[in-house]
Amino acid sequence: MEALRAGDERVFEQLVRMYQGTLLRVAQMYVSSRAVAEEVVQETWLAVLNGIDRFEGRSSLKTWIFRILANRAKTRAQREGRTIPFSALGEGDPEPAVEPDRFDRGHWAAFPADWPEARLLGDETLRVIDGAIASLPATQRAVITLRDVQGWSAEEVRNALELSETNQRVLLHRARSKVRGALEEYLVEDA
Amino acid sequence: MTETVIEISCQELVELVTDYLEGALPPEERARFEAHIEPCDGCRTYLEQIRKTIELAGRLTPKQLEPAAEAALLGAFRDWHSR
Repeated sequence: MEALRAGDERVFEQLVRMYQGTLLRVAQMYVSSRAVAEEVVQETWLAVLNGIDRFEGRSSLKTWIFRILANRAKTRAQREGRTIPFSALGEGDPEPAVEPDRFDRGHWAAFPADWPEARLLGDETLRVIDGAIASLPATQRAVITLRDVQGWSAEEVRNALELSETNQRVLLHRARSKVRGALEEYLVEDA
Repeated sequence: MTETVIEISCQELVELVTDYLEGALPPEERARFEAHIEPCDGCRTYLEQIRKTIELAGRLTPKQLEPAAEAALLGAFRDWHSR
């Protein structure tokens, strides 16, 4: 923090590298296009620089940065006349974790097949996961990115995204279920 | 009324996996979850695969910034610092 205030460019660069991708994913939860999300993130960094002298360290730097982002993104979304639909918050229609036709009267019709270890540990597997996360609805993508890719706690994610405990969990559940499904499709030949 | 233990099905269990891993299940429901999964190979495999999914997601590296966008930000930083 002191280094940042003193103008240490490398510290700023590091911060940008660490959070840029995640900030972008979170911004995309609120606004309609990637281009607008990029602008919001850019504005956020400028606001961080302009506010750093006033940052009192009552919250972590990370929390503070993401709060600035959420505020900017929401303002922008309002201007676009856009609100986050309930379905994006994990309400609305249920999305089963596993296709209903995999069950017979509630029990596995056939057990999920084991995943071949050699294939699982290949580089291609990470690309499959990345692709599956990228194709999730924006709110699910933001939650799984923060929780599982970045390793944030549930509480940090709830604060950054202003979600209730239940919404955070439902979104995480849907996201993880779909990524597991994508892995299964890739790993199991006849899935 | 005598207490009846309501068993959960596999289809119900897969919907409880995240709550289970998050420690968000009430004690009775957690007990039912564990009672189901202990003898059920299919659900044990499923839970294991969800754990693997989480672990592998953690190996992804965050996206790098486009060089042009990074240069623009660093330019902004220098302006800010020299104001």
